[in-house]
Amino acid sequence: MNKALRLLAAAALGMAAANASAAKLLNVSYDVARSLYKDLNPAFVADWKKQTGEAVDVDQSHGGSSKQARAIIDGLDADVVTMNNPLDIDAIADAGLLQKNWLQAFPDNSSPSWSAIVFVVRKGNPSKLKDWPDLVRPGVQIVVPNPKTSGNGRYSYLAAWQYARTQPKASDTDSIEFVKKLFANVPVLDTGGRDATTTFCQRGIGDVLLTFESEAKLIQANFGADKFDIVIPSLTVRADNPVAVVDKIAARKGNTRLAQAYLKFHYTPAAQEILARNGMRPVDAAVAQKHAAEFPPLHTFSVEKDFGGWAHAQQLHFSDGGIFDQIIARK
Amino acid sequence: MSALPADGGATPPTTPFAPLVQTNAAIGEPKLVRWTLIGISLVFLAVFLLLPLYAVFSQALEQGYKAYFAALVDSDALASIRLTLITAAIAVPLNTVFGVAAAWAIAKFQFRGKNFLITLIDLPFSVSPVIAGLIYILIFGSRGWLGPWVSEHGFKIMFAAPGIVLATVFVTFPFVARELIPLMQAQGADEEYAAMTLGARGWSTFWHVTLPNIRWGLLYGILLCNARAMGEFGAVSVVSGHIRGQTNTMPLQVEILYNDYQFVAAFAVASLLALLAFVTLGLKSFLEWRHGSELKALKGH
Repeated sequence: MNKALRLLAAAALGMAAANASAAKLLNVSYDVARSLYKDLNPAFVADWKKQTGEAVDVDQSHGGSSKQARAIIDGLDADVVTMNNPLDIDAIADAGLLQKNWLQAFPDNSSPSWSAIVFVVRKGNPSKLKDWPDLVRPGVQIVVPNPKTSGNGRYSYLAAWQYARTQPKASDTDSIEFVKKLFANVPVLDTGGRDATTTFCQRGIGDVLLTFESEAKLIQANFGADKFDIVIPSLTVRADNPVAVVDKIAARKGNTRLAQAYLKFHYTPAAQEILARNGMRPVDAAVAQKHAAEFPPLHTFSVEKDFGGWAHAQQLHFSDGGIFDQIIARK
Repeated sequence: MSALPADGGATPPTTPFAPLVQTNAAIGEPKLVRWTLIGISLVFLAVFLLLPLYAVFSQALEQGYKAYFAALVDSDALASIRLTLITAAIAVPLNTVFGVAAAWAIAKFQFRGKNFLITLIDLPFSVSPVIAGLIYILIFGSRGWLGPWVSEHGFKIMFAAPGIVLATVFVTFPFVARELIPLMQAQGADEEYAAMTLGARGWSTFWHVTLPNIRWGLLYGILLCNARAMGEFGAVSVVSGHIRGQTNTMPLQVEILYNDYQFVAAFAVASLLALLAFVTLGLKSFLEWRHGSELKALKGH
């Protein structure tokens, strides 16, 4: 028994000590960024080794972005966060773990890449869904995750709202009516973006899936480009993928310099190339130019400019009793 | 258990006449009813147990044995297997000691609040595992009661292996005690009294009298405890933090792989858990068959 215990203790310690020589950085990220960081982290590790001669390990944690933010506030030791919407980083800032003006800490609103909401339809687009008005036709089935719990859902909702609002002679009530009709066509509201993908692609429910362009490209890569088409609507929303150093935790772990360097690395041409290959739109003009064929031009709006910022949009549309709750209740 | 095992238990038959055999149509069921009932049970088992099991293994082996084993020796998968084994290796002995102590106290002594203690032991059965995870976040999270103190002293409990072990201990803690309490209550304290009157001390009474009496029940409890410790998802998911290659147990790894479109890898890890279930089931049936009479107090499992 004693021997067994000692062996066990040795195993446990061995696990902890295995990589003790290398500095360890923990990147807490959203659900579907795994394949991206599988490519990007080794590139950073090699680059860091070349520049400083130091070894570093980057650990990853992925999950629903709000759940991840919650875990950091509760004590998950994240040095950096890489998210798909700024709201969850704001929540961490509100808890006092990072500076309030994190959005200005890195270039392009601290967002090294961005994506946009597109339509994924079944091959050949049998229901002829070309733009937002086609989605509110009776009988069309839309798969979209719940705007209350997911970034995709919020962006999709706001994009539909903005489309209705920017039509000639439109008013806010038209937007409410439009979004209401759209969500009346949604048979299931999944909680997260990946769940919605599974519903649409594997369970075969619905005529169209509203999701990020990056996820749409992943769907084509994983399920076959011969099964699904991507449709780009006439107006869509720019969805930044913001990053931030979790100042308090990185400082406590002595990782501030490393964390800063890791996020800066996201803006290098090499990393931008990796982002582009993973379906994210790079902010680097040269890399974007090179991949212009894969990323057709979009007509976009931003939540910051057109909805008065995320905090405001969240409060007005998605809080308890907000406009989204009202249209769902009236449905 | 519908019938006594073949050896009929430890006590030799004392009745002078042959036991009653149910050949009488009046107390039996017509053949049609019997076969219909058996048929329904078999179809139910096939649809709800065998089919999913078949699905797990066929998915896991979809791309052949090479892909299957490659998925199992992936460093993240190996780390999840190691963490699962370590967690079980800590949680199960802890709960075994606790279970024996609690069952001993409850079965052999009279004291105030005994029923309350039994209720408390059952608590993890009635609490949702998610709540089990959240209570530890509330206690040891960085905004919890003890969290700041713990992190000041350089310990890491939440979102690390200790938190996972804690949550697992909580969830699996009734298994051993629940198996032993009825068994020890049925056995009573007579043999222990006898040992005492012959001059045995506390420990030697325990080692030579109590433990041999409860060993099969104990093993049975440990088995169930272990199966749950390795399979627990909800509570562990809340406290894990999901750091790849570090704080994911096997059930969490299965979910992650599945959500990453790595179906073969997901089902390969799942098949290991299914194998564990098979082993548990096999050992459980063996114990029931071999030591059924000693486990009789455990009806209902």
